[in-house]
Parts: sequence; C-alpha cells; structure tokens
Amino acid sequence: MQFGIMSVSDITRDPVTGITPSEAERIDAVVKIALKAEEVGLDVFAIGEHHNPPFFSSSPTTLLAHIAAQTKRLILSTSTTLITTNDPVRIAEEYAMLQHLAKGRMDLMLGRGNTAPVYPWFGQDIRQGLPLALENYNLLHRLWREDVVDWEGRFRTPLSGFTSTPRPLDDVPPFVWHGSIRTPEIAEQAAYYGNGFFANNIFWPKEHYMRLIRFYRQRFAHYGHGTEKQAIVGLGGQAYIAKRSQDAWNEFRPYFNEAPVYGHGPTLEDFTEMTPLTVGSPQEVIDKTLTFREHFGDYQRQLFLADHAGLPLSKVLDQLELLGGEVVPVLRKETEARRDPETAPPPTHELLVKAKYGDRPPRQPRPNPNRGDNVTGGSPYQDTEDLAASSSSSL
Amino acid sequence: MTASQNSPPFKLVVVNAGTSDPSTTLMLANRITGRVAAFAEESGRSVSTTVIDLRELSSEISVALVSQHIGPKLTKAIDALGEADGLIASAPVYKAGPSGLFTSFFHVLDNDLLIATPTVLAATAGTARHALVVDDQMRALFAFLRTLTTPTSVFAAPEDWNDPGLTTRIDRTAFELFTLMNSGVGRTIRDESWRNYQHEFGSAGGTELSIDLDSDMMKLAAGGSAAGGGPQ
Repeated sequence: MQFGIMSVSDITRDPVTGITPSEAERIDAVVKIALKAEEVGLDVFAIGEHHNPPFFSSSPTTLLAHIAAQTKRLILSTSTTLITTNDPVRIAEEYAMLQHLAKGRMDLMLGRGNTAPVYPWFGQDIRQGLPLALENYNLLHRLWREDVVDWEGRFRTPLSGFTSTPRPLDDVPPFVWHGSIRTPEIAEQAAYYGNGFFANNIFWPKEHYMRLIRFYRQRFAHYGHGTEKQAIVGLGGQAYIAKRSQDAWNEFRPYFNEAPVYGHGPTLEDFTEMTPLTVGSPQEVIDKTLTFREHFGDYQRQLFLADHAGLPLSKVLDQLELLGGEVVPVLRKETEARRDPETAPPPTHELLVKAKYGDRPPRQPRPNPNRGDNVTGGSPYQDTEDLAASSSSSL
Repeated sequence: MTASQNSPPFKLVVVNAGTSDPSTTLMLANRITGRVAAFAEESGRSVSTTVIDLRELSSEISVALVSQHIGPKLTKAIDALGEADGLIASAPVYKAGPSGLFTSFFHVLDNDLLIATPTVLAATAGTARHALVVDDQMRALFAFLRTLTTPTSVFAAPEDWNDPGLTTRIDRTAFELFTLMNSGVGRTIRDESWRNYQHEFGSAGGTELSIDLDSDMMKLAAGGSAAGGGPQ
C-alpha cells in the first residue's frame, strides 16, 4: 500500500499569526513539503489544480517535474487534474512529458472542478461538466494508446491524424485515478477502463464513499479487469498529529475553525466524529486509519491532507515527521498483515511495464523523418510493423 | 375493519419552527395532529407522531447551510421525514415571511426527500397582516419540494385562537391530510413514478441508490460517444 500527502494549493491566512503567505513563499514551501515527504519515507506527493486565487497550482506538471528532479523514490501525482477545462490533448502531452522526466514516478487523478466561473474562462460550461469530463477522458485514453488518432466529439475540435508526443514512457500510459464524491458515471468510467477510483473521503460522512466504491468494485469486475477485491481504490483523509493528543487538538483548532471549506461550520469534535479527520496522537491516527479498510475494503493508496488552511510550513514539516516517522511505518505493517491476499498491488510504472511486456523489452518509439503531417502514410514511428499488436492491447 | 386495525400506525411528522415554550406554533400543529389522529381512529387506524423541534437542530442546520455537513440530530430528522406518511410543517411568521430557521431547514434537505408526501402548512403570527404568508410563500417552497400539500392551509393570528373559524379550518385540513395519507396516493406516486423525478446518487436522505446503466451518460462513461447530444 502507498501512503502520501495531497495538497489543494490554497494560500490561506494563518489564523494564529494573521499573516497570509505570498505566492512566492507558498510555492517555495510546497516544494520543501514534497521533498520532506520523500525524506520521511512517504510514497506519494499529489498537488491540486486551480485557476483562481487564493490557489497557486495552475501548472501541476511544472511543479511536479521540478520535484521529480530533486527526488529519487517519490511518486508525483495530482489531486486533481481538471479533465473538464483542460484540453485532453494538452493533458496527454504534458503528463507524458512529466512521465519521461520523472522516469515513470508519476500518475494523475482526474477531477471535474466545481468552480463555475472557471469553466467559461476556458471556453466551457459547468452545466456540461459531466459529459465534458467523460468525453475528454475517452479521448485522453486513446491519445496515450494509439500513435495516430482520428477523433470527433461534441466538445473539442476534431482531430485528424494526430499524434500526441512524446509517446508515453516505454509506451505505457501513466496510471489514471478518477476522483469523485457522488457521481456514479465517474466510477463507471474508472471501472470500464480498469483505472483507479479515488474517494476524497474528507467532507462527508463515509456512507457516501462506501456506496460509490462498492459500485466501482462491482463494475470493475463486470468489465473483466479482475475481481471486486482487485479493483484499485485510493482514499483521502486528513489528520493533525502531535505526540500528545491534547496538543494536537489545541494546535489544530484555530486552523480548523477558519479552514476555507468547513471553517465556521461544524465543531472540530463533531467533524472528527463524523468524518475521517483524526486529531490526536500517532496511535489515534493509526487506529482510525486502520478502520478505513473495514468500510471500503483493502485499498492501494492513502493520501492525507497535511498542507492546508494556513498551517505554517514549520508545522506542516512537523506533521510529516510524525506521519512518516511514527504513523506510516505502523500502518504499513498492520495493513500488510490484515490485507486480503487477493488485493491488487498499488500501481507503479514498473508493474505496468511488466504487465504489458512481461520480460520483453518495452517499446521505444523512434519517429520517422518529418514529413509535415501525420495524415499521409501509416505510423509516424519506425516500428510500424509492431504497432498493431502493441497498441491494441489495453492496460 | 380487521385488516385496517392490523395495519401499522400512520407515521406523522411535525416540523415545528416555533422557538418559545410553550409555542403557539407547536400548539397549532398539535391541534391539527389531534384531529388527524381522531379521523384515523374513526377508520380503525392509529397515528404515531414524531415532533421535530427545529430549535434543537438550529446549530446543525446552520452548519449544514455553510458546509453541507449533516449532523447527527439532523440525520435523525431526515430519516423520520423520509419515512413519513404525512407531514405538518408549522412556522412562526417574522418580518412578512416564515422564520429563517424554518426555511433553512427545508433548504438543506435533498430536493427529492419529500416528493408526494401529504403535507399541511401552518403558521402563526402576531398580527393578521401576515395572513397570506402561508399560501403566498410557504406553499411555493413546498411546491418546489413537490409535496402533496393540502388545499387548506392554516394561519393563526392572536384573534384567531378564540374564533370557531380556526377550528373549522383545522378540521378541514386535518381531514384533507388524513384522506391523502389513507389513500396511499403518496406511496403510489413514489413507487410508480420515482424515476420520473430528478435524483442524485445518495439523495432522498441517502436512500436513492438506483443507477441507470443505460443512460446516455453511462454509455459515454463506458467509452461511447456524446456526439449525438446528451440529455441536458
């Protein structure tokens, strides 16, 4: 199982000091946070995507490539990449590029985005958010699996003889998670393609996520990707940890009370009781996190929200020390001991390469000389002969 | 008679937005409840009544409004409403409208929670000048919620409490509510026509769990085409 952190990239006033960090300070801080995640032994760092203040992360692949260059093991991911307002062609290109630079240490999570004004800035309409997300992913899926794509849809200008470059690393597309809170169609799409399904597991009582994950598992099996237990599930969660439980409550309370999403709403006590948020000692976080698998089944990835609500960098780094030093090692051991042997391993580039090629060497596409377009002739790549076999097998 | 005597009691839910104790708003609802129970008894049936006092839910309602977080007491209230055979919604009128507590409560419910639930609307006020609030404002809210609202609504200003006309109106609306409940028309509409209303996965207080695998969106999710235009 993989453990990591996710950030939405909010730039929030620290309610204790009253200071709002500058964009420059927050961007520097988030890089330090990602490097710390690797240092303390976490597996995943994920960043959100937003196109409005008070968020900074408009360009996740730029940030993740920068972090990839300074890390060795960490898997870089998103939470989430907007499959609605981004052109799927640009997602295909940018994330394939990131995949090459990160040597496969990346994947991405697709989400719709719920800020209505953002859509028209990118020529879209939030009322069409769901069909837009579904159609865009259908195209993205093909762009990473077919060297030359002819495509026509409802939302994007048609493509004729288009090749998304670079081709994915080892001709193995990045692993994709589909994130959703209560939309069965998104779970269905994840299941249809055999992709992962991620439940943010933060805002609502767990029953909402349990229903959708159950549906995803059933549909994953229905489409023949494996058994329900072999479906690939990721969960969010959040924790605030201190050596002593009472210190955690005292330190986190002012940040919780003014947090952008749930601040000025439920009490911290109610919220911890009714949602996956844990505030307390490392042991309390371990105990509550271990209950997740009882509700959702064994799963592959656990991401914690650690960097948000104006928490200063020093506090976030302390959190990561406790998370990586005391919480995750126990969680690794305990989840490993409890996990059903049928459970699929968490997705990595190495596993995907192995699944596609076995012991054969991966395909390394080499383009033919430039002929000005991709429309005439066959494949733009030199290994045309092998192409039919390799591109028709889906992940 | 034997069959109906063996039938389970009607589940009647009272939503009371009156905040004082004693509350005239609750008193008005109680008088209606009493008459509904009497009509039920005449037909060999009984009524089990649950009173939801919004005063006790006020902090959870405000939390739900700003964060969509549904607290434990609100969850219980939603469960009761979801199972209700009939509803009496009683509000005090402040500033020419039903109290904010009353409207806020109904604003945080799922749109489809009360579809076809037989409902009486009642209100109290300090002056007769608020008399049209029930039919002019509250009825519109319940039209949006698509309840089966009784033709007679009840309004009581101070001078009404000694007026036999109020008793007549209470009798009328109680009989209308009982008749709707007893006919099973609400159940029939929900059972036969539920899919014709808009729902979200997990709506109707968490009971709406059906998924139409043949919808255009589901086909698109499974690699199909949206080029023909979706249902929007």
